Amino acid sequence: MTLTRKLFTFAIAAGLTVIGTPVRARTGETPRTIAITASKFHFTPDRITLKKGQPVKILLTSSDRVHGFMIRALGIDTDVVPGKTGEFMVTPKTAGTFKAICDHYCGLGHGFMKMTVVVE
Amino acid sequence: MKEAIDRRSFLRVAGMSVGVGVVYQFAPMLARNAEADTITGFLKRVNGEPPSSFTFAQFSDPHVGFQGPPDPLGTQAFEGAVALINKLPQRPDFVLFTGDLTHDAETRDLHAQRMRLFKTIAGRINTPAIHTVPGENDAALDQGVLYREHFGDSHYSFDHKGVHFIALDNVSRGRPEIGPDQLAWLKADLSRYPRTAPIVVFTHRPLFDLKPEWEWFTADGDAVMNVLAPYENVTVLYGHIHRRHFRRFGSAGHYGARSLIFAFNDPAANEEKKQLPFDRDQPFRDLGIRLVSRNAGATSALEVNDVELTAREFSGTSGIQQMIKSNTSKTEGSSGDLD
Repeated sequence: MTLTRKLFTFAIAAGLTVIGTPVRARTGETPRTIAITASKFHFTPDRITLKKGQPVKILLTSSDRVHGFMIRALGIDTDVVPGKTGEFMVTPKTAGTFKAICDHYCGLGHGFMKMTVVVE
Repeated sequence: MKEAIDRRSFLRVAGMSVGVGVVYQFAPMLARNAEADTITGFLKRVNGEPPSSFTFAQFSDPHVGFQGPPDPLGTQAFEGAVALINKLPQRPDFVLFTGDLTHDAETRDLHAQRMRLFKTIAGRINTPAIHTVPGENDAALDQGVLYREHFGDSHYSFDHKGVHFIALDNVSRGRPEIGPDQLAWLKADLSRYPRTAPIVVFTHRPLFDLKPEWEWFTADGDAVMNVLAPYENVTVLYGHIHRRHFRRFGSAGHYGARSLIFAFNDPAANEEKKQLPFDRDQPFRDLGIRLVSRNAGATSALEVNDVELTAREFSGTSGIQQMIKSNTSKTEGSSGDLD
């Protein structure tokens, strides 16, 4: 399964909105883009804030090795592969604070690799 | 249908956690009579071997190579566990290790050194056989290459006195999953057995969503459990969570084991995973004994006796029977931590 298909599958499973590239929100405005970089052993940024009901484009890259990016509460679970940019749309439907973790073992600091996703 | 009921209840599972691991005993529940002989004959035909009594032990997560904090004692708990098992009046038929045999290392050479040290310590156990599965510390970074050099295949199966044992590897793909190839192998392996066959699965991570935010899950665990679902006697033993835990899904009981290095906090009561601090007054705190038995004739109730060890007892100055300080019981249908 390709990364794109994998992301699409996860997004659909989560009930998220997925739109093709170039991505446009229904209003015609370009949605906000958030770039997240995974590296041993942290995500940058380590905290993001989203708005409930507002689509956002997530760009995922790795600076060193394969990592994972999982937010179980939002149904997101994918690998982040060096040299590739994972791209997907998220439209949060529920407010709350969620934890994203790396779920692809990446070394001795793997257990500390997490970030916070706040949906307002 | 009396025969079917008796077949389902043919085995009793009695587990005795010695803090250092868990000892499981399998014993035929039927009295020696003509009906028992008939059922034994049936199981011999369909399983290839009739069940008979035996004992085995489960050790988990010794993390050889890890040095504190929170545990500055290195391999002392592991070595003490070996000494304690060797004091049992009856040696176990074999010992299962459910992963994280070693702590991950910065270099391949250091990791190999830790694997050799693990084998040296485990080799002192007075038992005819040792069976292992990898944890993520052993095998996730190099897809299990070094692990297989030292321990052989990371998934396999074997039969012992009428019970079918299956080792599953849910770490070597990097992600917490067994993957489609191993799942296909599992289906083929199980297809040889009748639904009445007693089956023990041992693996590192829990197969269910125990605490996904702490990476306590297997992504394709539902697929594994669906394959196991038709079987009537399934026990799943796992490690990774460094604490005792029990949950039942259908006919399968899933037992999490203590580690031999440090304990983790309670996932039900905490948002963040933390290693419990080292207690100098009780260096082996959170180690203990579990005695599990199923009374003959009962088909569902398990009696569990949990016992806490002290450092004096752990040092071997008291006999194993003297370690029993208190009893608690839990039924097989319960779920959650066993503490």
